Amino acid sequence: MGAVSQVLLCCEVLSGVVVVSGKDSIQHQGVSLTVEGSVNLQLSAKSVGVFEAFYNSVKPIQIISSTIEMVKPGKFPSGKTEIPFEFPLHVKGNKVLYETYHGVFVNIQYTLRCDMRRSLLAKDLTKTCEFIVHSAPQKGKLTPSPVDFTITPETLQNVKERALLPKFLIRGHLNSTNCVITQPLTGELVVESSEAAIKSIELQLVRVETCGCAEGYARDATEIQNIQIADGDVCRSLSVPIYMVFPRLFTCPTLETTNFKVEFEVNVVVLLHADHLITENFPLKLCRV
Amino acid sequence: LAAYQWEHPRSRNYKAEFASCRLEAVPLEFGDYHPLKPITVTESKTKKVSRKGSTSSTSSSSSSSVVDPLSSVLDGTDPLSMFAATADPDSSRKRRDRDENSIIGSDFEPWANKRGEILARYTTTEKLSIVSTSKAGTATSAMSEKVRTRLEELDDFEEGSQKELLNLTQQDYVNRIEELNQSLKDAWASDQKVKALKIVIQCSKLLSDTSVIRFYPSKFVLITDILDTFADGYCFCISDHFSPENVNDTAKETCLNWFFKIASIRELIPRFYVEASILKCNKFLSKTGISECLPRLTCMIRGIGDPLVSVYARAYLCRVGMEVAPHLKESLNKNFFDFLLTFKQLRARCLLLFPSFSQCLFVELPSYLPLYSPAMDWIFQCISYHAPEALLTEMMERCKKLGNNALLLNSVMSAFRAEFIATRSMDFIGMIKECDESGFPKHLLFRSLGLNLALADPPEGDRLQILNEAWKVITKLKNPQDYINCAEVWVEYTCKHFTKREVNTVLADVIKHMTPDRAFEDSYPQLQSIIKKVIAHFHDFSVLFSVEKFLPFLDMFQKESVRVEVCKCIMEVFIKHQQEPTKDPVILNALLHVCKTTHDSVNALTLEDEKRTLAYLINGFIKMVSFGRDFEQQLSFYVEARSMFCNLEPVLVQLIHSVNRLAMETRKVMKGNHSRKTAAFVRACVAYCFITIPSLVGIFTRLNLYLHSGQVALANQCLSQADAFFKAAISLIPEVPKMINIDGKMRPSESFLLEFLCNFFSTLLIVPDHPEHGVLFLVRELLNVIQDYTWEDSSDDKIRIYTCVLHLLSAMSQETYLYHIDKVDSNDSLYGGDSKFLAENNKLCETVMAQILEHLKTLAKDEVGRQSSLGLSFFNSILAHGDLRNNRLNQLSVNLWHLAQRHGCADTRTMVKTLEYIKKRSKQPDMGHLTELALRLPLQTRT
Repeated sequence: MGAVSQVLLCCEVLSGVVVVSGKDSIQHQGVSLTVEGSVNLQLSAKSVGVFEAFYNSVKPIQIISSTIEMVKPGKFPSGKTEIPFEFPLHVKGNKVLYETYHGVFVNIQYTLRCDMRRSLLAKDLTKTCEFIVHSAPQKGKLTPSPVDFTITPETLQNVKERALLPKFLIRGHLNSTNCVITQPLTGELVVESSEAAIKSIELQLVRVETCGCAEGYARDATEIQNIQIADGDVCRSLSVPIYMVFPRLFTCPTLETTNFKVEFEVNVVVLLHADHLITENFPLKLCRV
Repeated sequence: LAAYQWEHPRSRNYKAEFASCRLEAVPLEFGDYHPLKPITVTESKTKKVSRKGSTSSTSSSSSSSVVDPLSSVLDGTDPLSMFAATADPDSSRKRRDRDENSIIGSDFEPWANKRGEILARYTTTEKLSIVSTSKAGTATSAMSEKVRTRLEELDDFEEGSQKELLNLTQQDYVNRIEELNQSLKDAWASDQKVKALKIVIQCSKLLSDTSVIRFYPSKFVLITDILDTFADGYCFCISDHFSPENVNDTAKETCLNWFFKIASIRELIPRFYVEASILKCNKFLSKTGISECLPRLTCMIRGIGDPLVSVYARAYLCRVGMEVAPHLKESLNKNFFDFLLTFKQLRARCLLLFPSFSQCLFVELPSYLPLYSPAMDWIFQCISYHAPEALLTEMMERCKKLGNNALLLNSVMSAFRAEFIATRSMDFIGMIKECDESGFPKHLLFRSLGLNLALADPPEGDRLQILNEAWKVITKLKNPQDYINCAEVWVEYTCKHFTKREVNTVLADVIKHMTPDRAFEDSYPQLQSIIKKVIAHFHDFSVLFSVEKFLPFLDMFQKESVRVEVCKCIMEVFIKHQQEPTKDPVILNALLHVCKTTHDSVNALTLEDEKRTLAYLINGFIKMVSFGRDFEQQLSFYVEARSMFCNLEPVLVQLIHSVNRLAMETRKVMKGNHSRKTAAFVRACVAYCFITIPSLVGIFTRLNLYLHSGQVALANQCLSQADAFFKAAISLIPEVPKMINIDGKMRPSESFLLEFLCNFFSTLLIVPDHPEHGVLFLVRELLNVIQDYTWEDSSDDKIRIYTCVLHLLSAMSQETYLYHIDKVDSNDSLYGGDSKFLAENNKLCETVMAQILEHLKTLAKDEVGRQSSLGLSFFNSILAHGDLRNNRLNQLSVNLWHLAQRHGCADTRTMVKTLEYIKKRSKQPDMGHLTELALRLPLQTRT
């Protein structure tokens, strides 16, 4: 039995085609399609004990699960048979179709399964494939929220001996911390002065996943990607562009639900030659328009 | 077969025969067909061809049936260039460049030209290393399991390249990169896209390493080649999915996937290069893709800290930008201005030697800064291409503001239009003088300026001042290498605009600089190029050689191979440009000296080809020497030339021909009547030839020259000298070897000998007998030599020669000979048909015939085929020359006819034709007896 063609979809209808092919004709007891969507949560070993994490992983939350009968029991002729289908995605009750997202502790995944039941002697045939869901565009216009920042030794926290730090002045701005997920994060950064030579300037995209449960919640930040925007000792007072494309699958619009949260942050990381590491953190709000 | 007598050679009336045989001349109407008329092509396809009539024999004669074999060789692709085309390892690059040109126009110097130059110039002896550490940019911490395993599989495959390779020589390094290039191609071919991407990321990562800084420009070239391969493969792969109109979703999805992958490459430099390389594929995503992407990439370069790395990144972006979107000038300009901003800090940083700049410690500033040149030149070239004058002026102003920095100035001069520079030469000289010495050597600036002035002319009024100003600086250069590099360029300008006086001054200055410590030994190529430039501008050799310092300049070429090379150049130019023969003593002396130099370089190890070239050049010179009517002077020149060029056989041959020509000229001037003085002169010429010929090696050269000179002597009434030539030729024949070397191959000599002898016979007809020797003594002697010569058993050449002798003898027995030499009495008038002479003649015929028949008999045993054809040819000879009214001869011919047909070897058609001919002849007057003969000749019928 062939696969269902992979379909990318925004919300309403999942459409595609089931391909059945065989050398001889196939006797069957009916073909059905099942759509399943769920949120899998896992507690990190850091926030709970290792064993607890292993056993106590939170129950998956089912978002959608529905089945339709495609073909009544009968017989497929030999050769290739294509059966087109359209599957309306209706959510039960007040549940929402979240966007597909593959994280570390939170996974939102949608699958389409096609089953062909057969007589007692023959095995049932099953084929599963993942499809990607993009949540419906949010209504209303996104208000840009530009951020200006200045980094000097004085603005830093967590410094042991401020006196040992070389002097520097880095200025910059992000065009907006409210980002459209399909558009890159943009901005500018200027090294006005620096005593120490600069080794590298990087943008670190971080996801913050929060899983809530009865006893409380676990919050974990992990790196998604790291993009270098400056390599070596850049020219002073010449603006370096900040530019980062959000990776697909690993990012989704910022999510806040009762059981879990998925949020994103960006770190501007400046590495100086004396192995000083300076980080400036900006929370982001991602959405889809 | 008994002995036959050639008693009655047929008497001939040559005049009457000629008249009866001659074809009637028919006037040819225009448009009639004639095989020798030039081909007329009236092409209807192209309208450009003006129809002027028969003169338009264009080479595009596709419709004409006759093809000149020589031009047909050149038609189509010449095998050498075809070879060169296939030998090019990277034909795709060529294709790219062609495409590039079609967009930009051929006046834009393509990158491919620069490539080779950079590779040749920026080399290193230091050890290099290739480090391929990281696992390529897709390393995000939470990859899906599937992707991860796939990448791991690929890593296994590339295990070899994961290691760090240290201590590579430059050649190893180049090889390694070439390997990567090959595996990239393989990856595309086998559709391993992820692997291709990994390779290209790894490669572009190498560009962030500046540890061996001297090699960086070359490394840039090598790696951008790989990027080109990648881009080619990528675009091919993408456009595979895209049909022009129908952009389907999955294709767009694939394309997007790639862009996401590339956008997530961690490091800046690889991400930049990979994005830039596939810039042109942006058009598949959106219409404005390229015009948005180009400025973004331009800004991205600002993040590259190392100024050298960033300037090369800019050069690459400019290159790709020009290829993909030549109309987007703005980002080019932005690149330039961004560069100027970094440049301001560059100098300060170089001097302060920032920690990150510690490599600069190893490279001194004057050798560090020129590393920027290739990239800057390219950026400047891109911007200035078809740029309005205003922009160029603005750019110049901006450069000026930066304190006339030498590096910038140099790039401006090497990239901007030569005309632009030339018209502002005085400004530039001013700026060069002002700019500070540190960092970038000034002589390079003057060199660049000189290169521009060689291409375009400065305003008339400034010319001398420019030269003075420039030379003032150049002459002060201490280092001979720097000096000569500069002077070489400026010589062209001097030659172009000034007279021999200035050129003389310049040459004198060069001599002065290059002589101390034998500095010229290290700069032969430059000195050579100076000479070439000078002779390219002075076609008049009398002027050239009157430049006093020219010959002293030549004396600087003390290494023999170089000196010969230079001399050859001079001679080539002389042959090419000298139109009129000359007797100018200055030219003659100088060129004789030059020729002598080349001639003296010939030794036992010289290649044949080289000798041929030299001989060709010297011959060209000899042919151009003429003293007009002063023949004696001319002869004495030839005598001198002989003593000078005795090692080159072709030159001696040429000299003999020239002297022979001189003798014939004399005869022409005297209208055949030599005075005592001219007779003596002509004898001197003949003597010259006679003593020169024996010094030659080639046996047939000698034979032919003896014959030829003998003819000339005969024509000038030097009978005894002519005899001497002929005798010498006869006595030389026994020395002819069985095999001779022709163009490096050994070939049997008999056919050449046959040809020569036939030629010889026709001359012998008119040579009068010497009064003191017997009748026909030359013929007799020749026959003896032929008799004694060992002929090939398997050939009948000896008999063919005998047949020819028979023809000769029958021609000799005529009352009046077929041709004569003016003022020389041949045997016909000497003997006047004396019966004794005829008897002698007949006796000879008899002997020869006996020989022929004897030979025919020996062939009877097992060579029937040869016997048949030889018999027939003998039959034809008798038919043509013998008097068949003689019964015995008649009988002989009938016997020969039968012999020819005996073994069924004869070609029936030939026999039928022969018989028809006899019948036709029999109808002519006095030929009645042939009718009877024809009846006696049966045709054999095949069963």
